[in-house]
Amino acid sequence: MVDIPESLLRRSAEAKAKALGVPVEQVLAEMKGEGPPVEVSRAEPVAEEPAEEVASVEEPVSVEEETSVDQPDEAVEEAPSSTDEETSSSAAAEVEGRAAVAVEDKPEAAPPVEGNGSGDGQVAALVTPRPSVPPTGLPEGVRTQRLLTVVKARAIQSVKAEPQDKVNTWPHLMLIEFGALLAITALLVIMAVVIHSPLLDPANFNATPNPSKAPWYFLGLQELLSYFDPQIAGVTVPTIVGLIGFMMVPFVDRNPSTRPSDRKFAILLYSIFIAGSATLTIIGVLFRGRGFNFSYPWKDGIFFDDLKDWVDFE
Amino acid sequence: MANGNGKTGLKDRIKETNDKLWNSQVVGAILRPGSPFKQGYSDSPRNRSYVVMNNVLYHLHPVKVKRHAVKLSYTLCLGGLSFFLFIHLTITGIFLMFYYTPTAELAYVDIQALSTDIAFGSLVRNMHRWGAHLMVLSVFLHMSRVFYHGAYKPPREFNWVIGVILLLLTLLLSFSGYLLPWDQLALWAVTVGTNMAGFVPVVGEQVKFALLAGVEVSAATLLRFYVLHVLAFPFIIVIFMAVHFWRVRKDGGISGPL
Ligand code: HEM
Repeated sequence: MVDIPESLLRRSAEAKAKALGVPVEQVLAEMKGEGPPVEVSRAEPVAEEPAEEVASVEEPVSVEEETSVDQPDEAVEEAPSSTDEETSSSAAAEVEGRAAVAVEDKPEAAPPVEGNGSGDGQVAALVTPRPSVPPTGLPEGVRTQRLLTVVKARAIQSVKAEPQDKVNTWPHLMLIEFGALLAITALLVIMAVVIHSPLLDPANFNATPNPSKAPWYFLGLQELLSYFDPQIAGVTVPTIVGLIGFMMVPFVDRNPSTRPSDRKFAILLYSIFIAGSATLTIIGVLFRGRGFNFSYPWKDGIFFDDLKDWVDFE
Repeated sequence: MANGNGKTGLKDRIKETNDKLWNSQVVGAILRPGSPFKQGYSDSPRNRSYVVMNNVLYHLHPVKVKRHAVKLSYTLCLGGLSFFLFIHLTITGIFLMFYYTPTAELAYVDIQALSTDIAFGSLVRNMHRWGAHLMVLSVFLHMSRVFYHGAYKPPREFNWVIGVILLLLTLLLSFSGYLLPWDQLALWAVTVGTNMAGFVPVVGEQVKFALLAGVEVSAATLLRFYVLHVLAFPFIIVIFMAVHFWRVRKDGGISGPL
């Protein structure tokens, strides 16, 4: 069991002491197992811990916000343990009944919505009733309630989340990530030792190198510029097709299937895009020499200064 | 406790101090109640959950993920690699900033010193440079893997849009860094690159003017690119990454098996 921090214990003891009308110290002693039981023997101060952890003890699967939503029955089961011990069992029965009422208040109000629950505005409150024996000071019959969360009605009604095949993030995912981190670090260090960064002559505004090439990821565009009017290659392709076109992809491709066999056209288009940009970039890197004219790397050498200190040109 | 001759053994004392430390209020305040660092870790489903839950990583990862999501063959870890590369670039970049002055007189000299004199300067500079190229590549490959999986389909449309912005920002980061060595390669590559921006109708000239801090690359451009590179673009990309990661979780973890 988790050890409960002193502060939480204390808070819980205070609440309980208030409800029972006994001194705090006595309850605290009992909770720590050092004193005689107060009235009843079953002591479960756990319930005052943050809700997520209480839930997780039973069911670590759904520690995300879905916990209280998809499993109202469990949330309700947790609730009574924070109530007065004395009436714990009868309270539990009552609580379940009442929570059910709260949920069933509008049974027809929100039929399960398809899609990602883009909300019809229906909300229901999931509440845990406070002790059914009213705390001292409150008039008979008045019960305080604590608002745990406000959720969409739909979410309450789909009682169980669909079971999913899940694994723990730790260790399964995190070990892979750690491995990937090590691998990329190793790769970087090796590259950094083997390939030196270029540093040519100091910048000189009066000496334009021949050829002048953009960084490699823009060389495809520079290549296009040598074929087409700048209006097309410099504007239409990068901004309209590139940026806006790419952002629109999910809204243009309305085909809901993700099976490769159902989306041959999309795959074809994207593959053409990759092949095209790779070809243009490779031409730009390797096959463009003086004056950005076509040249053969094996005859005229490579004009790509990024790798100048690594590849021995010419 | 006693080891026979009435004294407390070293081992016991170490253990005692250790226990005291881990139970102290300071450590108690730092670690969350269920933290395995405090509790000791033994492998159990609950402890596996606690590792994530009592950790800042909880902001990035849920306690459990779909089984297929951890198959390396699905994501090839490309999104994660892009992120790791970004972290690498931040760390090596901070190192480089200690030695670099963004002025036309000093920039080149500083880079030269980094490549020759300064301890680990060359290694770090190379790591930063190749890391940047790799990041462009891995972001591009990540986008391709997302496309081939159709992982941009509802409910993940918006995350794809965020992704395109991330790609743009990655390119801008890399491009703005390209000028900083202030050598012939940097100067003219940036000149060619920004000339392309000038072709954009209506706003093209203005955009170019704002980027270059003038009509052509000059000493003022260097300072402008420097500030964009070390401050503005990283700041913006981190915000978009935060939204990106948040949406991956909110959209139900990574997309299902095909
Ligand atoms: C700085 C750049 C980027 C970083 C650090 C990043 C990071 C990530 C990470 C860590 C994931 C989790 C799954 C995985 O690793 O594949 C992910 C998923 C995703 N990313 Fe990115 N990403 C970046 C750029 C992009 C780009 C350029 C796009 C598309 C244009 C994109 C679209 C998506 C989508 C749609 C998902 C959800 C995929 C799924 O559910 O299978 N991201 N990203």
